[in-house]
Amino acid sequence: MGKIKIQHSKFKIIKMSEVKKIEFSPEAFELVQRLIRRYPEGNQKSALIPTLHLAQAEFDGWLSAPVMDYVASLLQIQAIEVYEVASFYSMFNLKPVGKCLIEVCRTSSCWLRGANEVVAHIEKKLNIKDGETTPDGKFTLKTVECLGSCGTAPMLQIGKQYHENLTLDKVENLINDWSQATEHSKYLDNSTFRKN
Amino acid sequence: MGRKILLKHINEPGIQGYETYRRIGGYASVEKAVKTMTPDAIVEEVKKSGLRGRGGAGFPTGMKWSFLAKPEGVNRYLVCNADESEPGTFKDRYLMEKIPHLLIEGMITSSFALGAHTSYIYIRGEYFYIVNILEKAIEEAYANGWLGKNILGTGYDLDLYVHVGAGAYICGEETALLESLEGKRGNPRIKPPFPAIKGLWGCPTVVNNVETIASVVSIVNDGGDAYAALGIGRSTGTKLISASGHINKPGVYEIEMGITVEDFIYSDEYCGGILNGKKLKAVVAGGSSVPILPAELILKTANGEKRLMSYEGLSDGGFATGTMLGSGGFIVMDETTNIVQNLYTFARFYHHESCGQCSPCREGTAWMEKIMHKILHGHGTLADVDLLWEIQSKIEGNTICPLGDAAAWPVASAIRHFRSEFEEYVKNPESIKEVNHLYNTQLA
Ligand SMILES: Cc1cc2nc3c(=O)[nH]c(=O)nc-3n(C[C@H](O)[C@H](O)[C@H](O)COP(=O)(O)O)c2cc1C
Ligand code: FES
Repeated sequence: MGKIKIQHSKFKIIKMSEVKKIEFSPEAFELVQRLIRRYPEGNQKSALIPTLHLAQAEFDGWLSAPVMDYVASLLQIQAIEVYEVASFYSMFNLKPVGKCLIEVCRTSSCWLRGANEVVAHIEKKLNIKDGETTPDGKFTLKTVECLGSCGTAPMLQIGKQYHENLTLDKVENLINDWSQATEHSKYLDNSTFRKN
Repeated sequence: MGRKILLKHINEPGIQGYETYRRIGGYASVEKAVKTMTPDAIVEEVKKSGLRGRGGAGFPTGMKWSFLAKPEGVNRYLVCNADESEPGTFKDRYLMEKIPHLLIEGMITSSFALGAHTSYIYIRGEYFYIVNILEKAIEEAYANGWLGKNILGTGYDLDLYVHVGAGAYICGEETALLESLEGKRGNPRIKPPFPAIKGLWGCPTVVNNVETIASVVSIVNDGGDAYAALGIGRSTGTKLISASGHINKPGVYEIEMGITVEDFIYSDEYCGGILNGKKLKAVVAGGSSVPILPAELILKTANGEKRLMSYEGLSDGGFATGTMLGSGGFIVMDETTNIVQNLYTFARFYHHESCGQCSPCREGTAWMEKIMHKILHGHGTLADVDLLWEIQSKIEGNTICPLGDAAAWPVASAIRHFRSEFEEYVKNPESIKEVNHLYNTQLA
């Protein structure tokens, strides 16, 4: 059983010297323009959540304040409108995460089929607790609520990939595979949204 | 074998793609609708079918559609609810993944019936891999003239887009979903006005579940009467059930409404009985929000009749001895299951997912989780069980949206039917460690 977490500041404070120039790749920029056109004129704010997903994929898997400010400028909305949304949804990370973000479902159906063992195994193997990142920046463990995979429990998600009917062996293999990763796990890529 | 409508062609190789889907008769409902029917005639068929919303509340779909305001010169919207975040529910995922064109077809036919020219599928962010699948299916539909301008030369225009969320159960509630689609936090709106009058961007809007929309296809193809001939009483047609937990064959099953719960759990056509030959202890029949029932009450009603899988069958006896069909998330627990621990996972869930607008829900769910946590760790008292009961009773009915009720009912029902287990836990904390080890599943 996990402890009830005490939440400190939701956002990570970063120093001015750490701020890099923030700009989407041309493909991502073009995608944002296409996403905006999915909503009637003047409602470009509707593209905010997809754009934040894109920003996370572009900038190391999390949303820093400068990245959120950049998104605000792209959609021509106030920065606060971005912060309040980014801090509401559980898929947006407001602090840096490891290259591989492991999200393990812990709700009823998964718990009935051994989710606790999966979490315990990962915690032991990586020597981190729920919510923590390994010192080498490779893995972050996050327990999450039902991911709609209850019939193939226990399960975990890495990027957009679901890993189902888990055994401890499967978990072990996943960790081994991801320990070599050079890129962050991502929910979306260039092929996610259609081009026209 | 029960009759199937939604999953009839699910095992057809290649059914995910357009060619195969079209070959088995896909998109016929669009052709029939736009070429031979008026929008009102379609709404009539849906009314006749008796179809009720498959998202959980079971509101009659035809009636909902007829409430849609139609002011001159104002856009109307159809939004498909693919948020599917109710624990225990994974049927919409299955449908969208395996046979995406069925949803696209349903969206086109339904949009035509409602006079919508832009429609959205709001899908939970965790289902990103399905976004790929839907986007591809939509692209194919455009390429073959089922979407876009002047569909089949009838002058009807429709654009269909997928909109992705980012992890929030509350965005399944229809007004929170609309807020989220507008790029905001998922805070449910105060009703009235209902979405049918003022919904997306202030325009009249219908929100329907994936399965509801998919069911419209066969209603238009075969007529409302044919659909209504299936099922039992006011529970017409078929229903997708997501079966999980301690059963031999977890998965998504399409049942004809009115089969017995016993048949569903034990027959090989469905769940195939309890895992490892154990005994049944309890079932959460309609997703985490509905009351949990002990084996004797889920298999038989308080009157001793076999309980049926239908809206009325599952709710027979009210909350005292019955439950609800809800979203059809059917979670089965065997005799080793610790009800208190299971409830903790729900209490944690609702605390995590409360949007925080209404104090009874925001504070109440937090306290329920805290007290459950305390009990689980051997520090509970008998007074805590009463306190839990009291807190849940003060959340129910006192919030803007039904998430409050959804958080209260699992707690209330667990205490109602399994109070002795809570008391045992409190009196005998030493036994807890052992219980924790009961969950040595087949993982190692
Ligand atoms: C907290 C909460 C979560 C909900 N989640 C979903 C959901 O994930 N999918 C869904 O279709 N309906 C969900 N609903 C029900 C919707 O508010 C709405 O009634 C439904 O989408 C209407 O479609 P239907 O009439 O076709 O069922 C939820 C309701 C509440 C209160
Ligand atoms: S309970 Fe884990 S995916 Fe549903």
